[in-house]
Amino acid sequence: MVELIAKSACAGLLPLKIGGLLAAEKDLGVLTAIMPFIGQDKAASDMLKAVHGVTLPEAGRVIGDDDTRIIWFGRGQVLLAGPTPSTDLAQVAALSDQSDAWCCVELSGAGAVDVLARLVPIDLRASAFPKGHTARSMIGHMNGSVSCLGSDRFLMMVFRSMAGTLVHELAEAMETVVART
Amino acid sequence: MRIQCPICGSRDRREFYYKGDALALKRPAPDAGAEAWDDYVYLRDNPAGWHSELWQHEAGCGAWLVVERNITSHEIRKVTLAEDAT
Ligand SMILES: [Zn+2]
Repeated sequence: MVELIAKSACAGLLPLKIGGLLAAEKDLGVLTAIMPFIGQDKAASDMLKAVHGVTLPEAGRVIGDDDTRIIWFGRGQVLLAGPTPSTDLAQVAALSDQSDAWCCVELSGAGAVDVLARLVPIDLRASAFPKGHTARSMIGHMNGSVSCLGSDRFLMMVFRSMAGTLVHELAEAMETVVART
Repeated sequence: MRIQCPICGSRDRREFYYKGDALALKRPAPDAGAEAWDDYVYLRDNPAGWHSELWQHEAGCGAWLVVERNITSHEIRKVTLAEDAT
């Protein structure tokens, strides 16, 4: 049997270090979109708590850690990142495996928020978007997801096919920010 | 122009996709007759003032919204989820 080696979305493109800023691909593990059936939010949240230790986040919130993270991902949709989902969840929600569908990049370092200010049309400063906040918005011209994982630490997700464009846009914004400091 | 998404909050217009008159939510019954269907498919009022429109928060949460917008000033006075508007 041939052992196939998975190629990540940003293989050969990242990491990218410019000044004190670092853009690095982030392996989030298994990605599962969870869409609770109508009226099943509470049941889905209870089941998630029982099998994965996280509850259903409210709109605009991300909870958990690198082992098990759950990201609000749109109307009626969250993304479980990390564990293989329990099949029990299928009783209360529609599930879809999206593991290879997303390009996941973490941007960190002083000034990370200034880089994103050039790319994302929402207020991502700590006063408005502290750790635990997430949004679906645009990154450059791409639809994507942005989460704050900590002080000057952001997770960006775009469709996998957009990996090259994301790195290009990020590099340009990082260079511009660093050049002005 | 900014639109207050009931789920995401105030967002820039570029995150939204414009569909058309919110009349699309009032689809006639299949047997409503040619006149009702002709009206639904082809005929629109076009006042220089308030319109009720369908927008989708395409680059955000994905929700369809009914937006009450004044087309002469771009003032928006009300935004509701389409699922609540029908
Ligand atoms: Zn929204």
